[in-house]
Amino acid sequence: MSQALLTVIGEDRPGIVAAVTQALFTADCSIGDASMMRLGGYFTIMQVIDYPRDLGSVEMALDPAIKRLNLRVHLDPIPSVALSADMPNTRVTVYGADHPGIVAGVTGALAAIGFNVIDLESESSGSAERPLYVMVIQGYAPEGVESVRKAVAPLREREGVEIGVHPIEAAVF
Amino acid sequence: MAVLSILTYPDPRLQRKAEPVSVFDDDLHHFVGDLTETMYAGPGGVGIAAPQVDRPQRIVLVDVRPKLGENCHGLMVLINPELVAWEGMAVGREGCMSVPDFTGNVIRAERIQVQAQDASGRERSYECEGFEARAVQHEMDHLDGFLFLDRLVSRKIDLFRRKNYKK
Repeated sequence: MSQALLTVIGEDRPGIVAAVTQALFTADCSIGDASMMRLGGYFTIMQVIDYPRDLGSVEMALDPAIKRLNLRVHLDPIPSVALSADMPNTRVTVYGADHPGIVAGVTGALAAIGFNVIDLESESSGSAERPLYVMVIQGYAPEGVESVRKAVAPLREREGVEIGVHPIEAAVF
Repeated sequence: MAVLSILTYPDPRLQRKAEPVSVFDDDLHHFVGDLTETMYAGPGGVGIAAPQVDRPQRIVLVDVRPKLGENCHGLMVLINPELVAWEGMAVGREGCMSVPDFTGNVIRAERIQVQAQDASGRERSYECEGFEARAVQHEMDHLDGFLFLDRLVSRKIDLFRRKNYKK
């Protein structure tokens, strides 16, 4: 088995996930980590797949779905990913009046302390006059949650946003 | 006392609904002793439910002292437990001895009042909050055949809840 990262983008409509995964199944692929969600009016899929033969046969299997649903598809072969990646230990939530520079400011402060972003989701909402931006970042802070609190503290005032920093602890029961 | 073996998902026995305890005898005391030892031997060591060791009875143990020190109820033996009141909601990441190597975000009540019997059949009532309340709710789910996997929420929903409830 070899691994590839599959990217799919198409105008959102019912049946995209079913068509793509059915095609992968018939091509003897298996699906690993996946992120599938609607962004704007588009549906996006990014997923790790294991494929048995060559990428050409994966593309061929996907072709009918690509044509029928007008999808754009991209396949990148990747070396098998080690599973030893850091687990998130910190969640950073940011919200405030939407304006340019929030993400750059926050992630810049995080990068400066070696914070590794593992997952970032954001959403612009609110009304046109009062746009609201909400972002949730999960990642690994090598020096712990306190270092993150210190790093983002100056941004509250500079960017005029609320920033929450929370430890992520998995309680095993 | 003995450390009992833990059933792990996808064992269908974890999905059975557990029966109420009606006999409070030496056998029950003995079992609660074994269950306690099994709990302390586990990776979390803060809670366990009888169905996890293949005994489909409504028995739950919680002891969050390893996590919170003395700032809690200590060892709670909850037999035939019922949630009589709850309030607040919080998202927290949970794992389970019966679901190794996996954790997920689950919404639980922040404060609960639980009514139960102890190993001798005496009525007991506890008010719990935060981590301890979460542990009790997690273990009580086992009595109805639920795992935390049945209560997972997406990160998006987590985010919406923050927007609606936190400020």
